[in-house]
Amino acid sequence: MDNEPQTKRPLPLPAVLLVVLLLGGFMLFLFLGMQRTYRGPVTVGQEVTPFELRTFDGETIKTANLSGKVQLVNFWASWCKPCEAEAAYLQQAWEHYEPTGEVMFLGVDYVDTEPEAKASLAKFGITFPNGPDLGTKISQEFRIRGVPETYIIDKEGKLAYIQIGPFSSLQAIKDIIDPLMQE
Amino acid sequence: MIKNVTSLKNLRQNTTIAAILLFTLFMLSAFPVDVTAQEKNPVTDDEVNAVAKELYCPVCENVPLDVCPTTACAQWRELIREKIREGWTPDEIKIYLAEQYGDRVLAEPPRSGINWLVYLLPPALILVGAIYLGLNIQRMKKKPIINTTHESTDPIQPQDEYMKKIEAELKKRESKNG
Amino acid sequence: MIVEFGYGILIISLTLSIFAAIASVYGGIKKKPTWVESARRAMLLIFPLTTISTLVLLYLIIRGDYSVAYVYSVSSSSMPTYLKLTALWGGQAGSLLFWAWLMAIFAFAVSLRNWKRDYEFLPWVILVPSLTLAFFLSMVVFIENPFIRFWADGMGKIYETMFQPAGADLILPPDGRGLNPLLRHPGMIFHPPALYLGFVSFVIPFAFAVAALITGRTDDRWIRITRRWTLVAWLFLSIGLVLGMRWAYDVLGWGGYWGWDPVEIAALMPWLSGTALLHSVMIQEKRGMFKQWNMILTILTYDLVIYGTFLTRSGVLSSVHAFAQSAVGPLFFGFIFITLAASVGLLIYRWKDLKSEASLHSVFSRESLFLINNLLFMGILIVCFWGVNFPLLSELVSGQKVTVGPPFYLRATGPLWAALLLLMGVAPLTGWTIASAERLGRTLWKPALISLVSPIAAAISGIFIIPALLGFWLITLVILVTFFEYWRGIKARIHSTGENFFFSLWNLTAKNRRRYGGYIIHIGVVLMGIGIIGIELFQTETQGTLTPGEELRVSNYSVSYKELAEFDAPDGRNVARAVLNVSKNGKPIGELYPRRDFFYDAQQTMTIPGVRSTMEDDLYVILVDWQPISTRMATFKVYHNPLVNWLWVGSLVLIFGSLIAVWPNREE
Repeated sequence: MDNEPQTKRPLPLPAVLLVVLLLGGFMLFLFLGMQRTYRGPVTVGQEVTPFELRTFDGETIKTANLSGKVQLVNFWASWCKPCEAEAAYLQQAWEHYEPTGEVMFLGVDYVDTEPEAKASLAKFGITFPNGPDLGTKISQEFRIRGVPETYIIDKEGKLAYIQIGPFSSLQAIKDIIDPLMQE
Repeated sequence: MIKNVTSLKNLRQNTTIAAILLFTLFMLSAFPVDVTAQEKNPVTDDEVNAVAKELYCPVCENVPLDVCPTTACAQWRELIREKIREGWTPDEIKIYLAEQYGDRVLAEPPRSGINWLVYLLPPALILVGAIYLGLNIQRMKKKPIINTTHESTDPIQPQDEYMKKIEAELKKRESKNG
Repeated sequence: MIVEFGYGILIISLTLSIFAAIASVYGGIKKKPTWVESARRAMLLIFPLTTISTLVLLYLIIRGDYSVAYVYSVSSSSMPTYLKLTALWGGQAGSLLFWAWLMAIFAFAVSLRNWKRDYEFLPWVILVPSLTLAFFLSMVVFIENPFIRFWADGMGKIYETMFQPAGADLILPPDGRGLNPLLRHPGMIFHPPALYLGFVSFVIPFAFAVAALITGRTDDRWIRITRRWTLVAWLFLSIGLVLGMRWAYDVLGWGGYWGWDPVEIAALMPWLSGTALLHSVMIQEKRGMFKQWNMILTILTYDLVIYGTFLTRSGVLSSVHAFAQSAVGPLFFGFIFITLAASVGLLIYRWKDLKSEASLHSVFSRESLFLINNLLFMGILIVCFWGVNFPLLSELVSGQKVTVGPPFYLRATGPLWAALLLLMGVAPLTGWTIASAERLGRTLWKPALISLVSPIAAAISGIFIIPALLGFWLITLVILVTFFEYWRGIKARIHSTGENFFFSLWNLTAKNRRRYGGYIIHIGVVLMGIGIIGIELFQTETQGTLTPGEELRVSNYSVSYKELAEFDAPDGRNVARAVLNVSKNGKPIGELYPRRDFFYDAQQTMTIPGVRSTMEDDLYVILVDWQPISTRMATFKVYHNPLVNWLWVGSLVLIFGSLIAVWPNREE
């Protein structure tokens, strides 16, 4: 068709580098994304990052200030039927452990509405601190996959036990906390 | 005798009052005991949906809040209804829900920090593409035209090969007949 | 027995595909035709073998062998047979097998073509599909095996394995869990197969592109061979997308057809680059230009197909559409890496051999406009790609989860779609090579002016939404210009052959299928545009709780609640069915029956709207809730969707146009 002189230049080096960089960056991004998707839930023994809970009563509790105490972090919601099964046991356990001053129970209300949450707390007579998981930051930290889930942290701030689903009895709770109090 | 007349009148009055009271009570109980029905301006479902439409379910991914069928979503819609009743604007409600449940309930990332990348990168890239295209066209235009195909310069004239054949046929017939 | 047989066949297929890949490379590099022929035959065999495996799985599903874990998870005895057929692709494992089977069909077809003229391409055109087959088959054989079964040992521990564990026996559950209720719809028959066909068929143009790069035969030959394949692939993908939209509209219960969900966008992205490719290929054929760009687009389209499949199946994205998280994710990652690295590497290596012969001469020439068309499609693609990936990026960087939703996409892509509409009207009027703004202006101003009738009429009837007015104007422009093109051609034919109008029309189209088929496709697209404008910009809705006799009003319709019945249907569901009287402008026009189905086996509900459809609009009613037992009060949501049926009509026109464009000529 044409008789124009053809300059057959290969792709200039800066362009090649740019392409390689972009593709490499993209693959890295996918790799990290996959890693994140495929990492499991938090594991026993790992250090738990401190978080803040603003309770329904208005106080702010910082878990950083709770070192030296055994912490029980319970994720629940008013729209969660199975959560009701363990509510009584948790309250009884709290009444048992609160006087010792060595254990702290924290209830984290997961994507819930305040009126229903407060009604639920009143219904089961819960007295340990409860607050909403603002921005779902705390549940993301623990990578929960549903409610109820309970995470028990030892005196050194390391995760000691994970309970998926409701506790079956008061004794079940005691069996986990008692050994941790010995340390 | 006067005492009897008075007491009779009183009796009738009392009975009437009692009857009226009873009747009123009866009528009142016939109405549904629904708080919203007796409000002056109940918040309609449409008002709730108008706000919920622009939000996403915090738990189920990528499901708009106005159509999500779960109990939890129904609760959140009731929360929106409460807030509308209290006079909150849609924007205030959205900010509140984002605070409570995280930014993912919003239909778009809030314009802050790294999220600016979402909004700025595509137009920037398209602009780069357009500039690159424009430059290339300019560059190509500078090259001389050594074009041996008989491309018609008038866009109205038929250009397809087939059309040319038709025109050639036509010319042949005309010259035959002529 | 038969279960092991089905699995064994798969292992053989996998071995054959690996063999075909190795043999084709060896034969291609060492120039040994016997090895290449051997590879070709191996690839031919894979289709009948995978067919057998697929039939085995189908047989297991239809017969209801619930000891097979996959059958248990997607089927149940209360499902009708047609649904059981679709259950083949109802879960991850089965749909991967289905994908592999479709890929095998295309590998079979391409192996059967006449290779005498393009013999040097053959080894590489065998390599690509056989490698892809090897990948998908290995996922099915090793990770997502549809043939694994349930076993229980004496202690009550349950295994899910292919082969019998020691001390365990086969369990035979009496019934299965059943297909997810959302999938129990005729759409399930057509949408996944059409979509998968669209995805899979892009492997052929990709294979030829890679072959051209490897052999150095970077002239037009590979494009000429694959242009029909590309159009076919594009047609299937378009059908798949449209069916998905229709299905979503029918059952998702929110009166919408497209949610800008990440998985939807993952399927849209290859369509975008595919459409750009369809257009720019024409320039390479006509003027020998854009070879580099066409190579990029072909590779990009296939890479986007694989990427989209990865996103949907790996669990990286969360969406209602996505499959549950699976171990195939890492394998897919590896496959993407290899595909991207190899294709881009080859492209860079051969870059200089892809130089064009001709050059661009005018900004307003058709080549230029095609370039702008490509730029716009790439722009929309960038918006989609970035929007889909950004939430993941945000989560990686800041831990914050965000949603990128419809407002973002509509605002960013709206102007681009409008510009494309404008191009559709302008481009047919320009000439190849030489054109100027004045010439274009002279031909354009009349149709542009006449098409103003539409927005003016709309404005008179009370519509003042600017995007709608603009859209109507552009749509009318495209229709006018396209009809004008047709008329011009017919006039010339009548002039030269004396045929009557209809013969002229037929022959004109038949002899120039790609061009006139393409024009019909454009008409289809703008008709779809009418539907989209109607539902996106003019949809109104209302919701309310009614007692019998009360009504809801939307637009000029009113819907009055008559009664509601709750009963058990014979196919395993509990149905709540409402009866509503519909009136338009005060006159009764019929009844609607929205309902809620609850499926006992899957423990899930499905909302089925009651819809009244006309070309003017849809009245779409959903039963949201009702008081159980008394069934007196019920909550309904009513949508008024103007013009939405033009979307479906337009898509039929699009398919019709594509069939014309793709229809082979007798000479070929």
